Amino acid sequence: MSLLHLAIVSPLVLAALIPTLYRTFPKIHTGWFLLPLPILLFSYFLQFISQTSQGNTITRNLQWIPSLGIDFTVKIDGLGLLFALLITGIGSLVVLYSIYYLSKEKEKLNLFYVYLLLFMGAMLGVVLSDNLILLYSFWELTSFSSFLLIGYWHHRERSRYGAQKSMLITVFGGLAMLGGILLLYMMTGTFSISETIAVAGELPGSQLFIPALLCFLLGAFTKSAQFPFHIWLPDAMEAPTPVSAYLHSATMVKAGIYLVARLTPIFAQSGIWLWLVAGIGIITLFWGSFSAVRQSDLKGILAYSTISQLGMIMSLLGIGAVALHFDGVNDGIYTVAVTAAVFHLINHATFKGSLFMAVGIIDHETGTRDIRRLGGLMTLMPITFTISLIGTLSMAGLPPFNGFLSKEMFFTGMLNAKEAGIFSLDVWGILFPVIAWTGSVFTFVYCMILLFRTFTGGFKPEKLDKEPHEAPLGMLVPPIILASLVIVFGLFPKLLANTLISPAMAAILPSLVEDGKQFNVHISHWHGFKPELFMTIGVVLVGILLYKTQESWSGIYRLFPEKFSFNKLYDHSLELLQRVSRKFTRMYMNGFIRTYLVYIFSFFIFILGVALVYSQAVKFDTADLAEVRFYEVILVAIIALSSVSILFAKSRLTSIILLGAVGYTVALFFVIFRAPDLALTQLVIETVSVSLFLLCFYHLPKLRKSEGRVGFKLFNLLIAAGVGAIVTVISLSAHSSKKFESISNYYIENTYKKAGGENMVNVILVDFRGFDTLFEICVLGIAALGIYGMIKLRLAKGKTE
Amino acid sequence: MKTNDIILQTVTKVTLFVIILFSIYLFFTGHYHPGGGFIGGLMSSGAIVLLLLAYDIKTVTAILPVDYKKMIGAGLLFSAGTGTGALIAGKPFLTHAYTYVSLPLLGKTSLHTAVLFDTGVFLVVIGVTMTIIQTIGESE
Repeated sequence: MSLLHLAIVSPLVLAALIPTLYRTFPKIHTGWFLLPLPILLFSYFLQFISQTSQGNTITRNLQWIPSLGIDFTVKIDGLGLLFALLITGIGSLVVLYSIYYLSKEKEKLNLFYVYLLLFMGAMLGVVLSDNLILLYSFWELTSFSSFLLIGYWHHRERSRYGAQKSMLITVFGGLAMLGGILLLYMMTGTFSISETIAVAGELPGSQLFIPALLCFLLGAFTKSAQFPFHIWLPDAMEAPTPVSAYLHSATMVKAGIYLVARLTPIFAQSGIWLWLVAGIGIITLFWGSFSAVRQSDLKGILAYSTISQLGMIMSLLGIGAVALHFDGVNDGIYTVAVTAAVFHLINHATFKGSLFMAVGIIDHETGTRDIRRLGGLMTLMPITFTISLIGTLSMAGLPPFNGFLSKEMFFTGMLNAKEAGIFSLDVWGILFPVIAWTGSVFTFVYCMILLFRTFTGGFKPEKLDKEPHEAPLGMLVPPIILASLVIVFGLFPKLLANTLISPAMAAILPSLVEDGKQFNVHISHWHGFKPELFMTIGVVLVGILLYKTQESWSGIYRLFPEKFSFNKLYDHSLELLQRVSRKFTRMYMNGFIRTYLVYIFSFFIFILGVALVYSQAVKFDTADLAEVRFYEVILVAIIALSSVSILFAKSRLTSIILLGAVGYTVALFFVIFRAPDLALTQLVIETVSVSLFLLCFYHLPKLRKSEGRVGFKLFNLLIAAGVGAIVTVISLSAHSSKKFESISNYYIENTYKKAGGENMVNVILVDFRGFDTLFEICVLGIAALGIYGMIKLRLAKGKTE
Repeated sequence: MKTNDIILQTVTKVTLFVIILFSIYLFFTGHYHPGGGFIGGLMSSGAIVLLLLAYDIKTVTAILPVDYKKMIGAGLLFSAGTGTGALIAGKPFLTHAYTYVSLPLLGKTSLHTAVLFDTGVFLVVIGVTMTIIQTIGESE
């Protein structure tokens, strides 16, 4: 177990200690115990930068289930490290923020921090695993801890709804991903990601390639809230704001992005992958930004904005995958899309984290997140305003913030899409820049709404529950750090270029880097007068126009009524599923034993009939038959007569006596077929059971005793006839196809020789096969005690009542 | 009206021993002729049922102060114990052993551990039958 393994499991270990710390030190906010860990991990991961930037990877192995090829293999490369830094870095800030956000007195802090640590460990595991099963285990742990965190205020109905929704959708995707992992394993025979990438070139020929691809994409799209699985993310905003900031903007929702990036070397050879990732991404981008404009809840805006930005990163990864189809590292115009994806990934984590924290501050200090009740907070909360200003302008893609840089590169990537002459991109590729531009306009609009509706305009103190004021310093520090990063990365993007972005690109596009070389990342503010610049100017101009005239065009949202939204679809299908399954269960589980017997017997007839016909087993062989004797005919006639008479008997007493007649005739059969032991036993047992029947008959309730013959039902007749026929056919066929000599000769020879007895039946019962008898008497004993218990306990119960 | 079942009771007193003897005969002859623990046990309980019919439950309990539930346990112990005996002797479970001896009065007789096993069956069958009949008879 190396230090790296320890780093991944350390949050889980600390999670085990949190409840004790919480109880032992009730005066100290539990978050303080947590804070050192992510900081420590962050600095630990920082030291790997020097290695990954030189193109090295660090792999550590720990055996887990070696016989199945499942090992705790962790690998640090550019991509994993970038995510690990995001997780631990933003994790530290979120923990610090949560210390001031969550009240020590009112909240169950032990639970919160245990969930948060579980999540942090799971997320680190996801991004650093080199084994797909390990990845999947951590992946599901993120789903579960996210479920717990969203439902943290479990007394609220909306929280429970949101938690359940996110659980259902992400676990659905997670299971699909497990299917993909297994399909991939069937193709490659290994769970190791590195080894799979090494043999990736041979995979596309396989039949399983496309199903595996689709399964993985389902996993990635559900986790990263891509269209149409985005619906869980806005409802996940019921979580405490630190959780929203951490999970639903910076880390968990990027797990899908991570998966797509990680698997790009494997699947991106396929046009389906490229089109799905890029296409769904761009649709998500548009739909997210379009829907964000109509939200009135600040966190709702941010949720849809996250969806939109994730779609943007996803589409960039899709377009970037085109690069794998061309040679050359630096002349590839498609690598710029991957650069943009990685860069925007970092940027988004910084500005979205700060925005969530700012919104949390507003919520905390005013008591509401509704933009219709907010306004004019600029002078009251200047620091929060500054943070929000930086965050929103960066999100809108304005210079000099980092969002501007990645958005420019995004446009470049989208414009390049149609240049590639493959996968019909030359025909449909023009759609990408068009949708991207439209989406960006809406992005600009909701950024303006977010900023100006909250901080400018008239102050409405009468609508607020609290007296608004600036937040405490501890709460402001994390967003300030993030906002400063926005500016720093905006002004000095080179800081990231060779340290983080280039190694991450090398991990996404491994076949394009030669040994010892790395991607040249060009990020600059000024490209000259290129189409991207005009597109940005266009975004700003049209965006301002749309923002100013919002009232006049907001009717467009009514064109698409609420009841056709994906949320309603989800709700209705869930309801439908429950209703239909309830109906279905009620339909066939109607509570009548008669019906269940009909099922059992119909199935019996069906399965045996099909088996008989299918295996062509029906056979009548009369060679081996014994001669029919007079007594047998008489006895058969008696049995048949009594059995048929039972069906037509008017009173139950007659039925019982007829049944006894059948039993005694069977005893007579035993006599003429030379089975004295059976005859003796049958006689006595028949007597006992007839007496018991009479007992039951005697105790029938007086009121509802309806004497009368059995009613006639054609269906029952058919079933009964069917069962009888099938059993007859099977016995005849079985008799006609004896394949082996009977074992009975052995008993005949050895009953006296080996067991010292002459009654073969008894010797078999007590000696040759005494084990059966031992348990048969156990059955008798259990039956007797059962009857005793039933009768005595019923009496005891009657007394107490 | 008080019923007088003196005839039934007298006949029972005589028949009872015949039935019991017959059941014991069935039990012992089982290894060589039709019969055995099962039918012997049923016959014995038949005798007790006859007693129950002629007298009432209380009288029969006074005559035969037996807890039939314990009898089931004793029977199971007999059967399982016979099997375990083989284990102790180093043989597979339920291996029987037998030998022939010449007894003074009976002549050549076989002694067989299967009889011990059958005794278990005999006791269980009596116990089960009587438990069921007594339980149902007592309940109202």
